[in-house]
Amino acid sequence: MTGANSFSVSGYGPQRSGLARLLARDSLARRLDWPILLCALALSLIGTALIYSATRNRTELNQGDPYYFLTRHLLNTGIGITLMIGTIWLGHRTLRTAVPILYGISVFLVLMVLTPLGATINGAHAWIKLPGGFSLQPSEFVKVTIILGMAMLLAARVDAGDREHPDHRTVVQALGLAAVPIAITLLMPDLGSVMVMVVLVLGVLLASGASNRWIFGLIGTGVAGAIAVWQLKILDEYQINRFAAFANPELDPAGVGYNTNQARIAIGSGGLFGTGLGEGSQTTGQFVPEQQTDFVFTVAGEELGFVGGALIIVLLGIVLWRACRIARETTELYGTIVAAGIIAWFAFQSFENIGMTLGIMPVAGLPLPFVSYGGSSMFAVWVAVGLLQSIRVQRPLSA
Amino acid sequence: MSNIPETGRTPRVQVRLVVIQILVVSLLATLGGRLWYLQIREGDTYAKEASGNHVQQVVQPAVRGSILDARGVPIADNETRLVVSASRTDLMKMKDDGEAVLTKLAGVLDMTPKEVMDKVRLCDSETPQPCWNGSPYQPIPITDEATPKQALQIRERSEDFPGITAEPQAMRRYPAPGDANTAQVLGYLSPVTDDEIQQAQDTDSPYLRSDQVGRSGLERQYDKELRGKAGVTRYEVDNLGRVIGEAENDPAEPGANLVTSIDARVQRIAEYELNEAMKEARKQHDRNTGTNYKADSGAIVVMEAKTGRVVAMASNPTYDPNAWVGGISAKDYTKLTGKDSNYPLLNRAIQGQSAPGSIFKVIPTAAAIQAGYSFDGPYECSSSYSIGGQVFKNFESQSHGGISLGRALEVSCDTVFYRLSHEEWKKDGGTKPKKNANDWFYKTAHQFGLGEETGIDLPNEVTGRVPDRQWKLDYWKANKDAWCKTGKKDGDYAEKIAYENCLEGNRLRAGDSVNYSIGQGDTLVTPIQMATIYAAISNGGTLYNPTVGKAVISADGKKVQEIEPEAHGRLPMTKKTRDQIDQALEGVATRGTAAWRFQGWPQDEIPMHAKTGTAEVYGKQTTSWFATYTEDYSIVMTISQGGTGSGASAPAVRKLYNALYGVSEDGKIDKKKALLYTPQKGLPEIESDGSIDAPKVDKYPGPKDKESASPSPQPVVFGDPVPAGPAPGDLAATVNTPSGGNRDARRRAARPGGPKRRRGARRRRSTA
Repeated sequence: MTGANSFSVSGYGPQRSGLARLLARDSLARRLDWPILLCALALSLIGTALIYSATRNRTELNQGDPYYFLTRHLLNTGIGITLMIGTIWLGHRTLRTAVPILYGISVFLVLMVLTPLGATINGAHAWIKLPGGFSLQPSEFVKVTIILGMAMLLAARVDAGDREHPDHRTVVQALGLAAVPIAITLLMPDLGSVMVMVVLVLGVLLASGASNRWIFGLIGTGVAGAIAVWQLKILDEYQINRFAAFANPELDPAGVGYNTNQARIAIGSGGLFGTGLGEGSQTTGQFVPEQQTDFVFTVAGEELGFVGGALIIVLLGIVLWRACRIARETTELYGTIVAAGIIAWFAFQSFENIGMTLGIMPVAGLPLPFVSYGGSSMFAVWVAVGLLQSIRVQRPLSA
Repeated sequence: MSNIPETGRTPRVQVRLVVIQILVVSLLATLGGRLWYLQIREGDTYAKEASGNHVQQVVQPAVRGSILDARGVPIADNETRLVVSASRTDLMKMKDDGEAVLTKLAGVLDMTPKEVMDKVRLCDSETPQPCWNGSPYQPIPITDEATPKQALQIRERSEDFPGITAEPQAMRRYPAPGDANTAQVLGYLSPVTDDEIQQAQDTDSPYLRSDQVGRSGLERQYDKELRGKAGVTRYEVDNLGRVIGEAENDPAEPGANLVTSIDARVQRIAEYELNEAMKEARKQHDRNTGTNYKADSGAIVVMEAKTGRVVAMASNPTYDPNAWVGGISAKDYTKLTGKDSNYPLLNRAIQGQSAPGSIFKVIPTAAAIQAGYSFDGPYECSSSYSIGGQVFKNFESQSHGGISLGRALEVSCDTVFYRLSHEEWKKDGGTKPKKNANDWFYKTAHQFGLGEETGIDLPNEVTGRVPDRQWKLDYWKANKDAWCKTGKKDGDYAEKIAYENCLEGNRLRAGDSVNYSIGQGDTLVTPIQMATIYAAISNGGTLYNPTVGKAVISADGKKVQEIEPEAHGRLPMTKKTRDQIDQALEGVATRGTAAWRFQGWPQDEIPMHAKTGTAEVYGKQTTSWFATYTEDYSIVMTISQGGTGSGASAPAVRKLYNALYGVSEDGKIDKKKALLYTPQKGLPEIESDGSIDAPKVDKYPGPKDKESASPSPQPVVFGDPVPAGPAPGDLAATVNTPSGGNRDARRRAARPGGPKRRRGARRRRSTA
């Protein structure tokens, strides 16, 4: 499972060296889920290379420094890993008590977006401008706090042994907790994040053991809501256009369908092994917009080919597979719910992000976890990895 | 992990977690599958699209090759002109469709706004010229004669003239060296149409949107060679069109030069003398119609007898081919295509057809020999020949007694040929032909190449017609309904003809065979066909495909692709027959119908052979034909409604020969003055930088001719250029008009009654 040598357990006893202690069966390092860690790290590093390739010639963005985005992505990854370590150190159980505060802060930040402090980037009014050229996307953090908050509410009675499953009242409370930031995000509007949050809520409810009626009710509401949004023109024109372009990008290759069309051309022209890093004409020619962020997968598709693209999918798959195991193996519902929420989040966001570049999902502004450039997203996903690790580490060892 | 610890959670949650895991795996599998589909299965398609995406083509049009005369004098080349053009796509983006800009532009260019706007509208079935016939995506030239000042005004205030450009461009030019404009032979260019671009898309010579395409003449025939290959530089560009690298560079290959066998000096004389002859003919009174001759059109072909190469080819009425350059104006277009101008775009030398009259008689002569008659005869040249009460007269009802076929050619005796043709017709079964009728007279015409194209390297040559049995039948089938409807037994002439035709127009009648034997009736020939035939008689019997193009030489002069003369048949006659006919035709020039036109000709040095012809066409004045040849050249001339062969056409032909051989009026040969004592050998040199050292072509007639008002041209090389051609009136008045000596004219006058009044007048008669 971890690949560590299971025969090294021989030195079980009081006189263990530092290294042996680190490798000992019950040590923190041994109990961490290394595949998740390594895969997440690999994805971040692949992302660094892809971002470099996409931005090295874009002087209008990188301020003349071809390594501008590369170093920043690495820095983000470093901060992310630090946040992960902090999360592990604190432990998800400790964080449980801080959840109301974290939730409050995140909702406050989301609300800030609607104030004059909010900024629009690429048509999505989802950012807060910070001094020093930094910007923050609070909806990324809200994803974490929704998971934690809902898990806290839903698991409280069950973990206490009061009930087998969360009751309706608790479910309503949990949904209410999620609904507030979702509603605010919808007002921004940041449709991509809303979609992720809805799916994430669904994952949380599933794992919580809430009644089937809630599950189907939520799916029904989602569908009805989508239709209502469509019909009542709650969405902005550009969002509807994006949707139409996904359905048929050839309709208007110069306009709405441009993104999807160019993305598909970039990926399709990659072939089996790709053109080689830095050699893709679509990438070099900057035909695909937002290539270092939302459309980063197109760089992989063109320059690394099917092999590179499939590697990213497989690495994400390993992360998700291991996360599923963590969810299944932890003893308390709180950890299960948090893990399931993270799985739903990562899985859907990855599927939506890669799917839109492949033309099977509508275009929505969502980053690819670990790979896309963007600090807020990077911090959020690494915190999530920290939560997963914490759940695994703190789960009582099986006999 | 087989030993999953008991977590104490309910099976519901466990099941749901497995469901989540399955969902996750299937989502990722979907992505993997789609990725495989895009990259591996459809990868090639997208790779192609990607290369189309990031590669931008910049096209440098190729310079069109020049058309040179046999000595290298350009008769079509290019010049740099300041062209002001408008981009329709840009104009259409404006609120008023660019009206304001065009109005402003008109002010700068000293044109009316309407003129400018007409130029940029697109042609369709309802839009008259001027309109833009090319691609709407290509800049539309508004004028190619902008002055540098106008161009500057436009370029300096480019913000005032969005969509308008003023740039120097290579434009086609037809310089007409020495006033030889060679219009119909050269043809013209016009912009390529969308349909043509589509059609040529996948061929090895696709069109560019900005291409000009040859529409007729040599420009069309040799379009592919002249056009060259446009240079295409493919740049790799980014999404904003910024160049990030050069992918591929195919430099433009300038079009090849076409060297023709045309000699601009001879061409000029042919054109000038044709026009003079027609003007002169219009002064002559036609006693048949009671008016002057109309001389509405005419043609001259000067051909190298031993190769079939065309040295000059003139067609009248003519036009200035420069009218097409840079888009033709409405006025010019109506003029060129209208009935009033009598269709000057037609090249009468290959597209004009009429009955040949007596120049045809070499064919029945050869036919008679083929049918087994002897050359010497004697054959009765009676004053008339009757078939069942129908009388076919010899010209002037003159009788020559028993003569040979040669003498019959010399004196152009019709009745000899009437008789022979009629006899053969009877032998073949008359109106009810035998199964394997010989039809010698018709078969021979086909063997002479009549009724089909000569294969000259010019487009749209017409075939003429041999009115044999098959044609009669086909023609009757096509027309019998109309004939039977209008025909009346006792109606006027036309109605009577229709009535007869309705009844028996499907049959070759005796009268048809008689008329046919002297090149009248329904026989149609083109000047080029007759020139080919007379050249063949000269060269011993080879029918060459006439050629204008002599060689295609690459722009740098390094690749020379010669166009070799090719034969398409041989005259059906033995050498002996050829010699006998040759002698007879020499007799025509020395003592026969053309002798008075070749007085003083140095016959011993340059044996001249000729045959005159005057064809009658129902409802029109007679067509003048004159067919001649020497050892090296064959010249055929015709003037529609121009009078007799020797009367209207012969003087011009004589002047051509004088110029070719340097013969003066008194018969002295001055080889220094000869333009082409022998046909031009070799090809002009084209330097590797594309320049051609071409000799100068002097005006014809030169100033000395004008002063002395000599009727014969003096093809002398004058040092100083002449500012302009002579005033036409000046010269016309001085042209020798030997009305008294015109035998044909007198004969016609002596003939009792016009053709219209006589029964059987639909027989067309030959007089010379």
